[in-house]
Amino acid sequence: MSDDQRFGLARTVTLPGPLRLDGGALLSPVDIAYETYGALNADASNAILVCHALTGDQHVASTHPVTGKPGWWTKMVGPGKPVDPERHFIICANVLGSCLGSSGPATVNPATAKPWGMRFPVITIRDMVRAQAMLLDHLGIDRLAAVIGGSMGGMQALSWAATFPERVRAAVVIASAARHSAQNIAFHEVGRQAIMADPNWRGGDYYERGDPPAAGLSVARMAAHITYLSEAGLTAKFGRKLQSREAKTFGFDADFQVESYLRHQGISFVERFDANSYLYITRALDYFDLAEEHGGVLANAFRGSCTRFCLVSFDTDWLYPTRESRTIVHALNAAGAPASFVELTSPFGHDAFLLDSPELNRVVDGFLRAGE
Amino acid sequence: MSLRPDLAIIAANVAPGSRVLDVGCGDGGLMAALRDERQCDARGLELDAGDVAAAVARGLSVIQGDADTDLADYPDTSFDYAILSQTLQTTRRPDWVLDQLLRIGSQAFVSFPNFAHWRVRASLLWGGRMPVTRLLPLKWYATPNIHHVTVDDFRALVKERGFVVEGCWFLSGDKLTGAVMANLWAEHAVFLLRKDR
Repeated sequence: MSDDQRFGLARTVTLPGPLRLDGGALLSPVDIAYETYGALNADASNAILVCHALTGDQHVASTHPVTGKPGWWTKMVGPGKPVDPERHFIICANVLGSCLGSSGPATVNPATAKPWGMRFPVITIRDMVRAQAMLLDHLGIDRLAAVIGGSMGGMQALSWAATFPERVRAAVVIASAARHSAQNIAFHEVGRQAIMADPNWRGGDYYERGDPPAAGLSVARMAAHITYLSEAGLTAKFGRKLQSREAKTFGFDADFQVESYLRHQGISFVERFDANSYLYITRALDYFDLAEEHGGVLANAFRGSCTRFCLVSFDTDWLYPTRESRTIVHALNAAGAPASFVELTSPFGHDAFLLDSPELNRVVDGFLRAGE
Repeated sequence: MSLRPDLAIIAANVAPGSRVLDVGCGDGGLMAALRDERQCDARGLELDAGDVAAAVARGLSVIQGDADTDLADYPDTSFDYAILSQTLQTTRRPDWVLDQLLRIGSQAFVSFPNFAHWRVRASLLWGGRMPVTRLLPLKWYATPNIHHVTVDDFRALVKERGFVVEGCWFLSGDKLTGAVMANLWAEHAVFLLRKDR
């Protein structure tokens, strides 16, 4: 298995497609950048798909090629962790519309030999999931032992269970929701408008000039980053402390530590992310409403499902608060699906799912082992 | 791991292979026994996050929630049994909770400490203080038991609601005791109820 070119780190595959998108367009070919960890067992029954969040990527447990930082979910994925390459065959793919190698606005449209830009079709969470299903076909995996994700990754896990119930034995949905609320959409719209208001955006055709809308994308990231943290967390970390100075300057430099921190978050983000991808993926999130796809009744998404579900929320997460998870749990109960749910305590808001959380690991580990 | 006596009675009287909802399931001890020994499809509801995490970690399907509010979310007759052990007296609306148990389950097991046990009576009569006993170990200001109930109180509520008693078991010092004068001799009662047909 080890010399199979389909498996390993930093893989890319071009699948002929076509992939029929929810918006009506046909996408062909479909590039998917992905990584695998561990070995697929003889009956291909130990595969776990890890789904990443808005600005995540396939480097779940390997060094990021641009930032040089460790994988984004090494707390959950790795030797001795709940998702363990010693036991599992782990797959993580860059989502459709993103910018780390999968088809998206920054990739070249074969019809014009130029980057797609805003001519790339608008995609949905379900389109991302369908592309992942094509990847699994390519890898020879019929059925997943589990699909797991936090935030947008959790939405993909839900969409997987609803779209391909026979291909998912278990779904782990962390700090997520079954639809985007008005407040979620509102924050994303602020980010999109910041990008589109940047003169360097040029209607999305900035690739050839090599001068991307960094200021706009940076502001978008700053606004979004606030939603990933809790007020208590921000207060504990920064309070009203000043940044490397004794007194206020009576100017508009980053006097406060929290300003400096946010600016740093914005600036470092633009080095690794494409502004148009940010527009497309936030759009996909805003369009997400799993109940709407099933006649307005969320329980219908899980009717007759054999998938086991595990949901976890965090008490200080105000981006996808506990009540969103409870709505899903309610629907799962109504559908009679086997479901577990727990709200964990953390001071870190939405970001808690990415951080060290022994309780989260205990829950996910027990849940996964129960199905093995 | 041995089960608490009231849970052992319940476990011994659940039909094998049935669908069970354990309301206030704690860390899932009864559910695990029902799953492993009686091949039940057991689901749980538990308020305490630590207990939920422990139950999920042993592979059980448990949802964190409050019996006082979240039972309304379960569809009618979605379980063969709904189980409420040692929890009725802690709920805000025990009568509503009982109705919910028999809406969700075809049958319901309910267990509770009997507040009319002679030791409790003696403590109140001779001591003039709210009783602190083995089954009621906390002082009046710290106890989660906000609706103390006796065997006869419970029988009256069951009758008033039109439910049928399918079985009842009484415990004194972890041992079964007779139904005669249970309101005086039983420390603990377990009832199996069903809706009137």
